[in-house]
Amino acid sequence: MWNYVKLIGLGGVALFAAIGANLARDPAYMVNALTVMLVAGGLFLWTLRRIDEPVPVVNANQYLDGPVRFGVVATVLWGVVGFLVGTFIAFQLAFPSLNLSDLTQGYLNFGKLRPLHTSAVIFAFGGNALIATSFYVVQRTSAARLWGGNAAWFVFWGYNLFIVLAATGYILGATQSKEYAEPEWYVDLWLTIVWLVYLAVFLGTIIKRREPHIYVANWFYLAFIVTIAMLHVVNNLSVPVSIWGSKSVQVFSGVQDAMVQWWYGHNAVGFFLTAGFLGMMYYFIPKQAERPVYSYKLSIIHFWALIFLYIWAGPHHLHYTALPEWAATLGMVFSIMLWMPSWGGMINGLMTLSGAWDKLRTDPIIRMMVVAVGFYGMATFEGPMMSIKSVNSLSHYTDWTIGHVHSGALGWNGMITFGALYYLTPRLWGRERLYSLSLVSWHFWLATIGIVLYASSMWVTGIMEGLMWREVDQNGFLVNAFADTVAAKFPMYVVRGLGGVLYLAGGIIMAWNLWATVARQPRAAAATIAVPAE
Amino acid sequence: METYSFLRTLADSWVLLALTLIFLCVIGFVFRPGARRAQKDAAESIFRNETRPAEDKTKEDR
Repeated sequence: MWNYVKLIGLGGVALFAAIGANLARDPAYMVNALTVMLVAGGLFLWTLRRIDEPVPVVNANQYLDGPVRFGVVATVLWGVVGFLVGTFIAFQLAFPSLNLSDLTQGYLNFGKLRPLHTSAVIFAFGGNALIATSFYVVQRTSAARLWGGNAAWFVFWGYNLFIVLAATGYILGATQSKEYAEPEWYVDLWLTIVWLVYLAVFLGTIIKRREPHIYVANWFYLAFIVTIAMLHVVNNLSVPVSIWGSKSVQVFSGVQDAMVQWWYGHNAVGFFLTAGFLGMMYYFIPKQAERPVYSYKLSIIHFWALIFLYIWAGPHHLHYTALPEWAATLGMVFSIMLWMPSWGGMINGLMTLSGAWDKLRTDPIIRMMVVAVGFYGMATFEGPMMSIKSVNSLSHYTDWTIGHVHSGALGWNGMITFGALYYLTPRLWGRERLYSLSLVSWHFWLATIGIVLYASSMWVTGIMEGLMWREVDQNGFLVNAFADTVAAKFPMYVVRGLGGVLYLAGGIIMAWNLWATVARQPRAAAATIAVPAE
Repeated sequence: METYSFLRTLADSWVLLALTLIFLCVIGFVFRPGARRAQKDAAESIFRNETRPAEDKTKEDR
């Protein structure tokens, strides 16, 4: 019966998408409609061909790791793609001829590829990593199989469909011009559906847990899921011009719109890139170090302090604008207060290794995780500092911001994800160990040196251009034209690009190492699970 | 404009106080007597059930 409902639904969606592709008012909408039509049509055929097959019996006494495995593969692939696009656009800034404007008619210029890069690394790489690890962690710490049957599969495929729709939309010009929230209205609606199912699966698993306590990592994951749902819906309140076109008009306007956007934008950092990845930290670091978290009390305080403070920090993106002064001050004060829980969490992560510091020498995976936590501490010190109005008046609109973001993104999010991927892959595919630990070391050093090149060149160039912009002569006239700063930044742009090349090379090595872990080693454990040599 | 002024005043007086108190209660709750054992148990829960879900009856055993 359920299969017939599915067939009717899929057929309806495919038909609607076909009509949409025919009536489309812009190429982005048409391509997205065609994509939806192909996906729905393909699923229709797939369901139809299997309609009389017996439903496989689900073994409730087993974890559902299929979506986690797919998530790991997707994380690696999207990661390499995202790093590649990022490195390419870094060189586009150094060498503008790489925009290839004559060849591609502007379709691959910096303005199109930049949101592709940010979405690929944040939402595709980071998002898949969060979904996969959260499904893995919530099952182990709840001692229960994922709730909702195949809903977890829907979350994985639905989320990746969202990414494909968004990415093709950017290249063809569908954007609502909100940073990190570029996708247009119908893609936003689709993500909302996927996200609510994600919330249901995660919460359902927690509710049917067989452990008395909800482990702290799950609190962070849950805060991430709930808050992103709220932020996404409020920031994307818009009215489509036509249901056959991608263009929509925002409900908020002016400074309200700006405030909502940066309330969203900064909490995307706070709850997507921080809370979610802290969930990873609180599970994978203790597991890899084989000792419980340093202080469970501190982890709870870390959680609540982060939740109570982060949500107010957004206005620091709008210093010296039309935003009321009190709101900017509020954002600044809460940003500075955030320093304390952030460093509490960093200390908690690092001190988990107390008594096992020797592992830093022997285990490159734990080294990766520790460096990630170190970058978390650095970025969460730099961020509050940059939110201070007088510092912000120098740093804002300069590449210092870009450097700050990347020491957090490459150092913290990237490294902790790499550590989690190295932890997960042998276990998920039942292999005894990773294919090569020395390749992990290579990855570690390439990535670390890449980040150092990136962050230091952006500090130099950011502070330099900030100082050049505000330099006045004795008569009060500005000394430098904007183009002068662009010319002065060239060497640092090249260094930044090289840092990106190193980071990308590390990512490719990881992809090969993880592939070889599965493909070039015999299966050690029979079931879907591996008991590692602990 | 009246709504704005009202909400602004409310936000930085009573609501601020309420949120601060809730936060302090949460911190106090972490340090409640007897919490240490539960927290130790939770911190070590990641080393259980690595390979398969727990049986229903283990709940009572622990």
